[in-house]
Amino acid sequence: MKRPGLAALAPFLWLGVFFLFPFLLVAKLSLSDTALAMPPYAPRLDWARGAAGVAAFVRGLDFETYARLGSDRIYLVSYLSSLKFAGIATAILLLIGYPIAYGMSRHGPAARQALLMAVILPFWTSFLIRIYAWIAILKPAGLLNAALGAMGLPALEILNTDAAVYLGLVYAYLPFMVLPLYAVLHRQDETLLEAAADLGATPLQVFWRVTFPLSLPGVAAGALLCFIPMVGEFVIPDLLGGSGALMLGRTIWTEFFANRDWPAASAVAIVMLATLIAPILVYQRRQSRLLETGG
Amino acid sequence: MRRGPSLFNRVSVIAGLAFLYAPIVLLVVYSFNASRLVTVWGGFSTRWYAALFHDSQMLGAAWTTLRIGVLSASLATVLGTLAAVALTRPGRFRGRLAFSGMIYAPLVLPEVILGLSLLLLFVAFGLPRGFWTVAVSHTTMTLCYAAVIVQARLASFDRALEEAAQDLGCTPMQAFLKITLPNIAPAVAAAWMLAFTLSLDDLVIASFTSGPGATTLPMRIYSQVRLGVNPEINAVSTLLIGLVAAGVAAAYAVQRRRPGLSAG
Repeated sequence: MKRPGLAALAPFLWLGVFFLFPFLLVAKLSLSDTALAMPPYAPRLDWARGAAGVAAFVRGLDFETYARLGSDRIYLVSYLSSLKFAGIATAILLLIGYPIAYGMSRHGPAARQALLMAVILPFWTSFLIRIYAWIAILKPAGLLNAALGAMGLPALEILNTDAAVYLGLVYAYLPFMVLPLYAVLHRQDETLLEAAADLGATPLQVFWRVTFPLSLPGVAAGALLCFIPMVGEFVIPDLLGGSGALMLGRTIWTEFFANRDWPAASAVAIVMLATLIAPILVYQRRQSRLLETGG
Repeated sequence: MRRGPSLFNRVSVIAGLAFLYAPIVLLVVYSFNASRLVTVWGGFSTRWYAALFHDSQMLGAAWTTLRIGVLSASLATVLGTLAAVALTRPGRFRGRLAFSGMIYAPLVLPEVILGLSLLLLFVAFGLPRGFWTVAVSHTTMTLCYAAVIVQARLASFDRALEEAAQDLGCTPMQAFLKITLPNIAPAVAAAWMLAFTLSLDDLVIASFTSGPGATTLPMRIYSQVRLGVNPEINAVSTLLIGLVAAGVAAAYAVQRRRPGLSAG
């Protein structure tokens, strides 16, 4: 066993303090009660009183906030609709992203490089701005309806509906789906496809029985990379969705900023984290293994 | 022999790129629209840009965002590079899996959770929220991205070079600074760029961890957007897109100029 040097430990110390430790605070706060104070929660740990302070603090904790989450339907609804939005959007992303990634991998090396850049580039431009751009397109007196009107078609009402949320999710996360799929597809061994064709498989059979099964690791990576952050998405449902487009990220935001109910926001965050921890661990393990094999 | 792209392949790629770029192109075009209405083209005009330069709140927010971006990207790049070096070092060390877990988790973790937890940390320690708390939060978020980028480059870097330098009498520190760092410099630069743009772009974490007097540009844009489409926002968006495009082009040119170092 080699001991890492002090400099190597600095980033992990940083993450320990600013990433891991704060989760304990979130968990702690989710067990506190709301209070009309600043910060708006009680009990608060009083170090000055020593052990008695700690005891009083622990006695003040209860699971009341979680009970509240269970009894108020809005939390359950936003939990389920988060999973629904993220799940359906991931499926749509696979359907749209796969042909794009597959098409890219079919091009020659020079074209592939340019296409790869073209897919990555939008990721570098502001997320908020790209979502904002859709408002001008989708709003009732927007560009889409102007175009439809010019073609003599009836206007569509998309902004502030669930359809707009799906559109925003698919649009924002498309590069995250295309890139992992492309990574597996362009490395695929051509001779396998030729062998299948030589053995009498039609192009469609070659795709379904060779290409697709071999690309499943990319499918899994893309699905995880999109699904996990989408569950906690805030900007897209808030700007494109109607008031009914409930998602956990938006619920946390509202509880925190509008209702000033910090314990409820924390409890929702803990529930979301508990839901996502399994997919996050799967994703981590895959990434670490990729690193080990030098991929 | 690789089969060439079929018609279906071409159509899917073109349609996909059109979908990705159409909203951005429309945004840029309409930032030069003289009319306030999206559906009316009132002729070419730069009036929204002029209005922008008289909007002191917007300019102040832009300045704050820029300073936070430079500071947090620099910190994140240093910390991220150190993390990448630790993770790609040959031989396992205690807790390596936990370390790599800490690097990958923030990449996918919803931003609301990160924002809320950091805010509670600052409140628990009674730190006044503002410029520094946002900078620290952005460093935390972006150092993981920086680590992943540098790590990818280090994975293909020949460790024998570093060992050779040490055999020739360099201390490990000298070997790192004289051999490793120049070799991974393009990746380090790319990591800084990505950390900077992520900081520039962040709304959620900044909203949680910012305080009075430290409104960032995305926070300002968000509060304006909530009120509806505003041509001034189109103008500021176009400037941001231009800034990022220039940065990416510069990064690409740097890599192009040093083919021996960026290859592989």
